[in-house]
Amino acid sequence: MTTQRPAVAIWDPEHECMPASDLRELQLERLKKIVRKMWNKVPYYRQKMQVVGVRPSDIKSLEDIQKLPFTTKDDLRLCFPYDAFAVPLEQVVRIHASSGTTGKSTVVGYTRKDLDTWTNVVARFLVSGGLTSKDIVHIAFSYGLFTGGFGLHYGVERVGASVIPVSAGRSERQISIMRDFGSTALVCTPSYAIYLAEVMQGMGVKPGDLKLRLGYFGAESWTQRMRQEIESKMGVFATDNYGLSEIIGPGVSGECVYQNGMHISEDHFYPELIDPDTCKPVDARQGGELVVTTLTKEAIPLIRYRTRDICKLMPEPCPCGRTTVRMSKISGRSDDMLIIRGVNVFPSQVEEVLLDVKGTLPHYQLVVQREGALDKLEVRVEVSEDYFSDEMKKLHGMEKLIEHKLENLLGLRAAVKLVEPKTIERSEGKAKRVLDLRPKD
Amino acid sequence: MKVKQLSIFMENRAGRMAEIARQLGEARINIRALSLADTSDFGILRLIVNDVDKAMKILKDSGHTVSLTEVVAVEVPDSPGGLASVLEPLRAGGVNVEYMYAFVEKATDKAVVIFRFEDIDAAVKVLAKAKISVLPAETVYKL
Repeated sequence: MTTQRPAVAIWDPEHECMPASDLRELQLERLKKIVRKMWNKVPYYRQKMQVVGVRPSDIKSLEDIQKLPFTTKDDLRLCFPYDAFAVPLEQVVRIHASSGTTGKSTVVGYTRKDLDTWTNVVARFLVSGGLTSKDIVHIAFSYGLFTGGFGLHYGVERVGASVIPVSAGRSERQISIMRDFGSTALVCTPSYAIYLAEVMQGMGVKPGDLKLRLGYFGAESWTQRMRQEIESKMGVFATDNYGLSEIIGPGVSGECVYQNGMHISEDHFYPELIDPDTCKPVDARQGGELVVTTLTKEAIPLIRYRTRDICKLMPEPCPCGRTTVRMSKISGRSDDMLIIRGVNVFPSQVEEVLLDVKGTLPHYQLVVQREGALDKLEVRVEVSEDYFSDEMKKLHGMEKLIEHKLENLLGLRAAVKLVEPKTIERSEGKAKRVLDLRPKD
Repeated sequence: MKVKQLSIFMENRAGRMAEIARQLGEARINIRALSLADTSDFGILRLIVNDVDKAMKILKDSGHTVSLTEVVAVEVPDSPGGLASVLEPLRAGGVNVEYMYAFVEKATDKAVVIFRFEDIDAAVKVLAKAKISVLPAETVYKL
């Protein structure tokens, strides 16, 4: 099935197509303002600035941003739950949270204006991917603390299309709703889209039985090959979008109909690329870790937030007419975080469970594989004397206990596999904690 | 009375058993009795050998996870009803068996059953009371 490239349409031409010099001027003005706000309202960041001896008045050009300290997820964790807020709670109208590494999540808040900004940047990538007010949008992201569901929901409403807030799960029902309600656009993770295509096949539903024409897939990285597979099996024109809850949620960037890089909403988010080891700026085309400064956020402004996502930036003009810089698909992480079915997984979480079960830490490894459409997580645990029992039921019981605790902590099912000592690959004596066997392209 | 058994963690992979057998063979260690409990992914190999300490050292040095377990060897008549005559008093005495395996003695008309009990001391008392002959450890290592 071939999919048709939608016509170019632009939601917010004033900002998306702003001449470069005007955009830089706007960014600098907003940067100065946000730095002053952090200095005045957010003690943890003011302290960070004081440590390196920089004051708001030192920021005179956009390049001066390099004088400012980075913000990391650890900083936000120390601020749990509300210490990173720059406004009193009474001005916060929404709270979301992202999965955390040590049981504690990262809490983010939105003022009324933040929600308006968020909705606007989501509307931008929806329209840039082909959405019009005539569309019927099936949202299969979960609605909850996760920013995906609500973020897309309000963006679709803003564009004027109809939202079907189906949320996640019950795949056969998802297909029936798409067929019966005549959904024209699908929003979910790319791996779930592939899974839905399989369920469709099993139900005997052909792409032609559905009215789907657009697909917006995000919350995890995916490959060109997956795009082709989704497009051919579901008959949609598929675009990628990117965001993280710390910055705003989905809407930091999204692809246009040329499907070649995601346009960053630069009037709200200032991107930089750094070498994750030296923290020095790198050439945009060469690629590095994406660092983002929120230029307009009120509730939780962040300066030079290290996303840990590795990508390239493409400053050259795009045929769609937008002047904003594009970022490539995420090619990896500068830490050991894995994204499995939209869930963030850190090896340290697995470590916590293993320590909890036996009090000592065995060598272990997280192995991620793609079976059919779905990503599967296997946790291999080397059976040392501490973990060994002569009785089968005790070994089994331990396996089940670890699996149960992992599911509780991660919100994701993982299979535990007990392996012999010294069988997990080590590099320089250190066990390789993560083996990601998912195809890269 | 109590026999020392080696328990070895083994992944269910081709050649694992052969490797252990070869290592023990090269060290002139004789396997007296053997049993394997397995699942699709892994197994527990249980061995009674003529030289426990040496076998333990060899297996540990070669990187295996090994533990020592105390088991009881009981001699039963190698005839119909032989095993039942041992199990009945254990049941009556409320003794739980974790697992067991058996082999036939070469030179006699007896079979030997190796028992792993939940409570080994209670089990030994019950066996003694029922006048069931428990083999001394030294005898088992030399069988």
